[in-house]
Amino acid sequence: MLKEKDKIFTNLFGDETYSLKSAQKRGDWNNTKSFIKKGRDWIIDEMKKSELRGRGGAGFPTGLKWSFMPKDPALNNYLVVNADESEPGTCKDRDMIRNEPHKLIEGCLLASFAMNAHTCYIYIRGEYFNEAVVLQNAIDEAYEAGLVGKNAANSGWDFDIYIHRGAGAYICGEETALLESLEGKKGFPRLKPPFPANKGLYGSPTTVNNVETIAVVPTILRRGGEWFSSFGREKNTGTKVFCISGHVNNPCNIEEEMGIPLRELIEKHAGGVIGGWDNLKAIIPGGSSVPLIPKNICDSVLMDFDSLTEVKSGLGTAAVIVMDKSTDLVKAISKLSHFYKHESCGQCTPCREGTGWLWRMMEKIGEGNATSTDIDKLLDVTKQIEGHTICALGDAAAWPIQGLFRHFREEIEESLTKIRAA
Amino acid sequence: MSNLNDNFSFNETNEREAEKILAKYPTDRKQSAIMPLLDLAQRQNDNWLSRDVVEYVANFIEIPFIKAWEVVTFYSMYYTKYNGKYLVQVCGTTPCWLRGSDQVAKACKEMISPDQNTLSKDGLFSWMQVECLGACVNAPLVQINDDYYEDLTYDTTKNILQTLMDGKEIKVGSQNGRTSSKAVS
Repeated sequence: MLKEKDKIFTNLFGDETYSLKSAQKRGDWNNTKSFIKKGRDWIIDEMKKSELRGRGGAGFPTGLKWSFMPKDPALNNYLVVNADESEPGTCKDRDMIRNEPHKLIEGCLLASFAMNAHTCYIYIRGEYFNEAVVLQNAIDEAYEAGLVGKNAANSGWDFDIYIHRGAGAYICGEETALLESLEGKKGFPRLKPPFPANKGLYGSPTTVNNVETIAVVPTILRRGGEWFSSFGREKNTGTKVFCISGHVNNPCNIEEEMGIPLRELIEKHAGGVIGGWDNLKAIIPGGSSVPLIPKNICDSVLMDFDSLTEVKSGLGTAAVIVMDKSTDLVKAISKLSHFYKHESCGQCTPCREGTGWLWRMMEKIGEGNATSTDIDKLLDVTKQIEGHTICALGDAAAWPIQGLFRHFREEIEESLTKIRAA
Repeated sequence: MSNLNDNFSFNETNEREAEKILAKYPTDRKQSAIMPLLDLAQRQNDNWLSRDVVEYVANFIEIPFIKAWEVVTFYSMYYTKYNGKYLVQVCGTTPCWLRGSDQVAKACKEMISPDQNTLSKDGLFSWMQVECLGACVNAPLVQINDDYYEDLTYDTTKNILQTLMDGKEIKVGSQNGRTSSKAVS
C-alpha cells in the first residue's frame, strides 16, 4: 500500500483549500525556476527516467512524446491539456482540478518550457463549470504572484495559460477533435499524419497531455525520475489515481502504487464488493472503452498497463467499474453501446451507422429476442467497425461488446434458450 | 422566456467579458472564441439560443452563420429551446445506472414531468437523461444548471427538487454527507 509520504496528491479530496498559499505549504511552486534553469534536456531526461506513461488512457511514454516536439525557437509550439474527462467511470482529473489546481498549473509551466511552448490551453469539459471557476481562480492567483505570465516564476520564460471550456462532446477528448474544437469548429477528429507534434493547434507543433500526466510533473522533478519509477514495475511505474465505482461498499478515488492487485485495491480502499468478493461478477478495469474481465481474472490481476493487456483488457484511465452478481451484464454493456452511439461524431460511416446498430442489437439480446446467429453477426459487425475509423471511438464501441461475449457468451446463450423455450 | 431575441446584443458586463474571451486567442483566430461566446450569450438569454442570438455571435466574430450553427448543433450543452429556470440532467450511463440512476429518473418523472425535455406545469423545471457527467464515484448524480448533486437516492432527489420548488437553497455536492470523492469509512 502506498505510504502517505509518497502520495503526490495530498489534497486530492480538498481537506485543505486549493489556494496558492495552501498549495505552497504542500510544496507546490517551491523553487520552480531551478528546474527551468537546469534546461529542457534535463527535464525531458528526468521524465524519461520516471517511465511515466500518459494517464489519459493510451499510456504512451510521456518523455518520449515530449521529445518529438520541434526545438526551433521560431516556431509557435503549444501545450494543450486534455481536461475533457468524459470516459464513463473516470473522475480523477476533476479532483485534481478542483483541489490541486496549482500542481496542474506548475506542471503546465514546466512541460511548456520543456517543449518550447509559450502558450498553454487547458480544455476542460463544459459540465465541469465549478471546477473551471476554481482553476481560473488558481490561474489568476498564479498570475498575480508572477508564477506565470512574463518571466514566469523568475525563470526568464514567458508563459501564458488559458482555460477553454468544452460544451458536452465526449469525442473532444480525442486529441485532434479537441484541437478542432479549440479552433472553434465541431469536434471532428483529424486524419493522422500529420500528427499534432508537427501540425497541431493552428497548424503549429502541439502536444496534448492529460491532466494527471501534467499534474505529476512537478513532483517527479522535485523527487527525481528514479523516485517515481521505484513504484510499480518496469514500464508500468509510478503512482496512479484510481476511480472505483459501481457495486462496492465505499466508491472513491484513491492514489495508489501502479500495479496494485485489483482485489487489494477494492478491498483496502472501497470497502470491498457489495456482498463480499465472492459476489463479484465482472469488472471493467479501465473506463468504459476497455473489455470487462470476469471474477476469476479479477482474483489475481495487477492494475497496470501490461498486466491488463495480457488479459485482453486495458488500464485505460484506471476507472474501475465493479459489477456484482445482481448485474444484468447485457444491459450494463448495452448502456455503454448507447453512450458510444450518442457520442459518435458521425464523420466515419462504420462508426456512425455501426454504433447505432450495435446498440439496437444489444437491446434485442437484452430483451431475449435474439439467437446465437445474431450474436455471431453482432461480433462480426464489431470487427467491421474496429480499425476502420479515423479515431479510436469505433474501437471503443466494439471492445466492451467483444469483452462481454468473450467471457459470458455461454451464459447469455443459455438464458436466450430458456426465454425461447418459455 | 425571453422576448428580447429580435435585438439580441451582449449587455455591458458581457461585452467586457467577451473582450476578455477574445484576448485568449491569437487575433487572427477569433473563431476559437465561438464556444465561450455562445455560452456567454446563452447565459444572458435564459439558457437557450435562438437563431437571432447565434447570428449575433457569428457576426461578433465575423464568421458565417452556418459555421456557428454547426457548432451549436454539434455540442450538447447549447440548447435551441427554453428548458425552464432549472434544467435537471440525470446521468444514466453504466456507473450511475449500477448505483440506481433509474430511481433518480423516476423521482424527476414524478416531480417534474412524465416525459423528459418537457416543462413542468409551473414552467420552471425540465429534466433530461444525459450521458456520463464524470463524477462516477459519487453516483448516481444529477446536474442542475451549473451544479452537481451527488450520491443520490430516490428520496434525496425528491428532497432536492422540492427544496428548489420551494425557492430555498440546497447544498451542492454529495448528499450523503461525505467530502468530495473520499471513501466513507
